[in-house]
Amino acid sequence: MSMLHLTYQVPGDDFTRAGEASSDVKHKLKKLGYDPDAIRRVAIAMYEGEINMVIHAGGGEAIVDIDPDRVEIRLEDQGPGIADVEQAMQAGWSTAPDNVRTLGFGAGMGLPNMKKYTDEMTVDSQVGVGTTVFMKVFPGKKE
Amino acid sequence: MQIKEMAERCGWKLLCGKAGEEREAEGCYIGDLLSWVMSRAGENNVWLTVMGNINAIAVAALTEVSAIVLTESASLDEEAKNRAETQGIPVYSCEENTYDTAVKVYEMLK
Ligand SMILES: Nc1ncnc2c1ncn2[C@@H]1O[C@H](COP(=O)(O)OP(=O)(O)OP(=O)(O)O)[C@@H](O)[C@H]1O
Ligand SMILES: [Mg+2]
Repeated sequence: MSMLHLTYQVPGDDFTRAGEASSDVKHKLKKLGYDPDAIRRVAIAMYEGEINMVIHAGGGEAIVDIDPDRVEIRLEDQGPGIADVEQAMQAGWSTAPDNVRTLGFGAGMGLPNMKKYTDEMTVDSQVGVGTTVFMKVFPGKKE
Repeated sequence: MQIKEMAERCGWKLLCGKAGEEREAEGCYIGDLLSWVMSRAGENNVWLTVMGNINAIAVAALTEVSAIVLTESASLDEEAKNRAETQGIPVYSCEENTYDTAVKVYEMLK
């Protein structure tokens, strides 16, 4: 069992609420006195993942486990899945529709950012079934 | 320099987020693609953009920029305004384009 176990429902297509889960986690980590760099990395990676569930998957669930030496974030959705994960991970690759691009998304930088800011990341996806992104951040390690 | 002083000297109009006006302004970042801004804007940067929606406010909160400056009189959504107000993130508006605004910011930070 982790020290703190949190779950959030991320609603689909609701941009007004997207980001609530990551900002809540950020506040909790701040209260717990985590290193600011680790907090920033967790917040950015989780926000990108949350937004991806909102835009690409019709919502999903975020499960966060916080321990003194690690923060683990699991993002699960039952969306359309990703056919080619390797391609999706490339900077600049995006299938975001135009209406989403006018909101400032669709640079194809979300997954690369998540990779960059976390210490470990795996993406499990199956077309027609859904996507699970699992990320770990170890406070006090790398950028 | 406090963001409030910079705003006054540049002639920017405060739209909301007065509570955060005492923050220091250190450096500047320019961009409208949120994932890009998210990974590159630094704490206490002045963020110049035309993106005045709720997601921009979320990005500002997560990156801890000192303020958003909406250039070329870009509009701020009502819900974005409310969110920025509750989170104490100053959002300013100006008529100049982003380049001219950035030049002013440069002068201020010099
Ligand atoms: N949870 C998901 N479900 C289905 N497809 C996804 C999911 N997350 C990402 N994708 C696919 O991977 C692509 C790349 O994602 P990434 O987050 O890198 O960029 P983006 O969301 O398109 O743009 P940005 O994140 O820069 O706003 C998406 O365009 C989409 O096709
Ligand atoms: Mg994305």
